[in-house]
Amino acid sequence: MTDRCEETLGVGLLCEGQHDPGVPPAGLRRSPSGVDGLTTEHLIINMGPQHPSTHGVLRLIIEVDGEEIVAVEVSVGYLHRGIEKLAEHRRYDAVGTLMDRGDYVSGMMGELAFALAAEQLMDVEVPRKAHWLRSLASELNRLASHLVWYGTFGLDTGAMGQFLYAMREREALLDILEALSGQRMMFNYIRPGGVVADMPLGLTEQIRTFLSTFDTYLDEYHQLLGGNEIFQMRVKGIGTIDRQMALAFGLTGANLRAAGVDFDVRRARPYAAYPELDFEVPLGTTGDAWDRYIVRMGEMRQSARMIAQLIDGMPEGAFTAKVPRIIRPNAGEAYASVESSRGETGIHLFADGTEHPYRMHYRGPSLFAAQALEEILPGHLIADAVMIVGSTDIMLGELDR
Amino acid sequence: MAIDKFTGENSIAFIRSEQLFDFARRNSLWYIAFGIACCAIEGLMSASGPRFDFDRMGVFFRNSPRQADVMIVAGTVNHKMALTVKRLYDQMPEPKWVVAMGACACTGGPFREYPNVVLGVDTIIPVDVYIPGCPPRPESVQYAFIELQKKIARRTEERLAARNR
Repeated sequence: MTDRCEETLGVGLLCEGQHDPGVPPAGLRRSPSGVDGLTTEHLIINMGPQHPSTHGVLRLIIEVDGEEIVAVEVSVGYLHRGIEKLAEHRRYDAVGTLMDRGDYVSGMMGELAFALAAEQLMDVEVPRKAHWLRSLASELNRLASHLVWYGTFGLDTGAMGQFLYAMREREALLDILEALSGQRMMFNYIRPGGVVADMPLGLTEQIRTFLSTFDTYLDEYHQLLGGNEIFQMRVKGIGTIDRQMALAFGLTGANLRAAGVDFDVRRARPYAAYPELDFEVPLGTTGDAWDRYIVRMGEMRQSARMIAQLIDGMPEGAFTAKVPRIIRPNAGEAYASVESSRGETGIHLFADGTEHPYRMHYRGPSLFAAQALEEILPGHLIADAVMIVGSTDIMLGELDR
Repeated sequence: MAIDKFTGENSIAFIRSEQLFDFARRNSLWYIAFGIACCAIEGLMSASGPRFDFDRMGVFFRNSPRQADVMIVAGTVNHKMALTVKRLYDQMPEPKWVVAMGACACTGGPFREYPNVVLGVDTIIPVDVYIPGCPPRPESVQYAFIELQKKIARRTEERLAARNR
């Protein structure tokens, strides 16, 4: 046992020293500050990689002066598993499995980004129904993803009840997605050329049943968490990312829109069925954690609106184009992006005419949000760090890839 | 076990202390809230949600490894993470059990070709129950806990039998 353990861990010599508390992390201030003639020292604490509030395996090395955060270093890579490299050894219809496991609570959007990029290099006309099914799957998945965020964000503040409600609604959504694709989380539903299967019989009614109560529930959820004065006091005014900083860091999604920037890939570079849908883009004003909360709650409402439009106007026809069994796109380069639950998820694809991608770059929005944490966390209290990390809704699977 | 049959009103059960402790242990398997990747959403979050509700089996999450009995390794372990997994396991008090959840924790799963990924968490810590699937459904995790309870009971029986011999 011990030998095997050393053998396995020995391979990872590169990361040795990171766990040694004697080695100060680079770039952190170490100057002791004096109060009333007494000399105090800054304390360096580790938050993560095992921490219930980091939403995965994020590690924050936080330097504190008393309770106040002085400096932060974000240490990533605890979930690096080579999605970009492995994609070079997958066939085009199988890369979707990796994209699912990248951003694992909103897998449909990752698949869609890859499918859109691959289709730019293929001579294929995607049927209208496939576009609509793709949008439907994306919006259902966005609701499921935002509900996970809603539940865990409440847990970060110390509230427990809303987590159970969010999970209840999420199970109903996962039932729908399972009926659509056959899996609860790792769908592999959207592939280059279209989607895998048509909607099964009775799914429209199932979605209608879900939607008939969801709006009321959403009001209740907002009242439950956002109407709570303790929650408001803890969330308002912390973690402000203003317009300039958000743009400078390249934030997208709700983190950017909370700062008041009207940018949504669904509207700026329309794809799938979004040009035909009627929806609004909720915007915040100041860009603090409360605004991010409000924007995401608004997005859930818009998603429910879009799902209703999508099932009402679902066109007839084929759900996939005629695609060869082994896809060989033309050589070239393509970039396609979608609005995932966290922001702009983009795929930059290089094809060389074979059945494997030559190179795939995965642009996930979480890495940019994690970078911004180093800037926004200093000046806050330790207790607020949990809330700010929760409000940015980062997903470590796509951050580390 | 005896105590299952003697829990009526005004009943007295004579029981060995080992049996009593193990009865308590296998019905309060607290796991450490340690989600690594995708499996954490199914095995830790959906599991504690209202539909699957592991609380009724006495399975509940603790945030500190020092209060936990079980570690669910839910996700891909890479070489940077492996040291942390080992350290968390070492921090858990005896007796402790490990559930390897999902293809990644069992063998490396869909990422096993990548050199950074540990080929199964059993190369660094001992594993009691393996759950296949990518990700396994919460029902599978439930079944794994039932199997783990059986394993704990079996171990007590074996130990008592060995002593009586």
